Amino acid sequence: MTLTTVRPRLSPKVRLRFDRRTGRHLLLYPERGLELNNTATAIARLCTGEWTIDEMLNHLARAYDDVSPNEIRREVCEFLDVLADRGLLQAMS
Amino acid sequence: MNNEHRPYTLIAELTYRCPLRCPYCSNPWDLAEHGNEIDTDTWLRVFHEAEELGVVQLNLTGGEPLLRDDLELLIEGAGKLDLYTNLITSGIPLTFERLSRLHTLGLDSVQVSIQSTRSSVSDRIAGAPSFNRKLDAMQWVTALGIPLTMNVVLHRENISEIEEIIALAERVSADRLELANTQYLGWALKNRAALLPTREQIERARTVAAEAKMRLRGKMEVLFITPDYYSEYPKSCMEGWGRRFIVVNPEGLALPCHLAHRISGLRFEHVTQRRLADIWHHSAGFNRFRGDDWLPDPCRTCERRAIDFGGCRCQTFHVMGDADMTDPACSLAPGHHHIESARTQAGRTTGIPVLFEYRTGRGCSSR
Repeated sequence: MTLTTVRPRLSPKVRLRFDRRTGRHLLLYPERGLELNNTATAIARLCTGEWTIDEMLNHLARAYDDVSPNEIRREVCEFLDVLADRGLLQAMS
Repeated sequence: MNNEHRPYTLIAELTYRCPLRCPYCSNPWDLAEHGNEIDTDTWLRVFHEAEELGVVQLNLTGGEPLLRDDLELLIEGAGKLDLYTNLITSGIPLTFERLSRLHTLGLDSVQVSIQSTRSSVSDRIAGAPSFNRKLDAMQWVTALGIPLTMNVVLHRENISEIEEIIALAERVSADRLELANTQYLGWALKNRAALLPTREQIERARTVAAEAKMRLRGKMEVLFITPDYYSEYPKSCMEGWGRRFIVVNPEGLALPCHLAHRISGLRFEHVTQRRLADIWHHSAGFNRFRGDDWLPDPCRTCERRAIDFGGCRCQTFHVMGDADMTDPACSLAPGHHHIESARTQAGRTTGIPVLFEYRTGRGCSSR
């Protein structure tokens, strides 16, 4: 998932749940789960099908102005790959 | 907060009752002792206590969980706790209306098991006519937009159908396909000679599954669970004893795995007598195989000990007669010859049909 025009959306089977034991978010799907760090949580929340990857990058660059745009791009691409690989994303065009 | 021993999943075995009689059933083989199922209120309290302890995934299983007529109440209760609720079922007995109701009440995903892609074989292995009803159930699941896992327990009689199994999973639009090689415990250990595939069968199935996994990436997850009888190292059973899973069995016994209470000398407790958090943290049974201190040689110094935790305690107990040893599935284990001889026997008996011993409600019977 490197195209910047697609609009990623979390699959309906995915549920984001706050984990009060760790203060982090868990991304739950059938019989499995991923523990997310703060960046991944922010990315997951933007996967609504409304935003292109470019728009997501711009938004995150504003929210995390202490992180370089290249680093943000790398993290977003990596995390979207993780999601796509597990079938947790739908790409809206 | 220390997350080393934190359960993420509660496996709720709602009943041992089941309309099927699969010869590899993971339930204990002396079902006769298990008469009393815990009631709705107790289960709801267990869900609540489990959630407080860190559980986020709930697997409703059995036996056949659909036989509980309070399943609606249980799913509704789990939904209120925001648990991700998975129904692990044979698909029988089910109607579209009931499934739709369960979905509305908060059911998140459904796993349906089939025994074979051929109805006559599936029905024979299941010990009851069931295949067509399973197909219906799977179609209802996907029609309602519920993520479907299709599960097939693989063994000598069905492993050669691997291509057909994958094709069927695609046809019913499964979200996940679990190709689970039989674990030789409980009924499956009794029937091992009839069930254990040869190395060639395993290798072929593994190759076909790996190709499908690549081809279907992002669309359907293909999970091939390698049988520990044919791997070099033991499986990471339950991801470690009392580490990520709690099982509560139909009569309310809280366990690190569904057969842990069959190991002699361990003491487990009932959810009716003690809070789940106390059992998890403090009971002798849950603490028995946690950490490194109990590890035998050669696990004690093995760099894989943080990966497989010494393997499966139940398998070790049932094959070696001593749960404190290294899992005999490990090629480094002193008892590995037991596994090697079972493999050798599997190679010799190819093509010779062996009778299954079927589970019944009362004990065991041969057929």
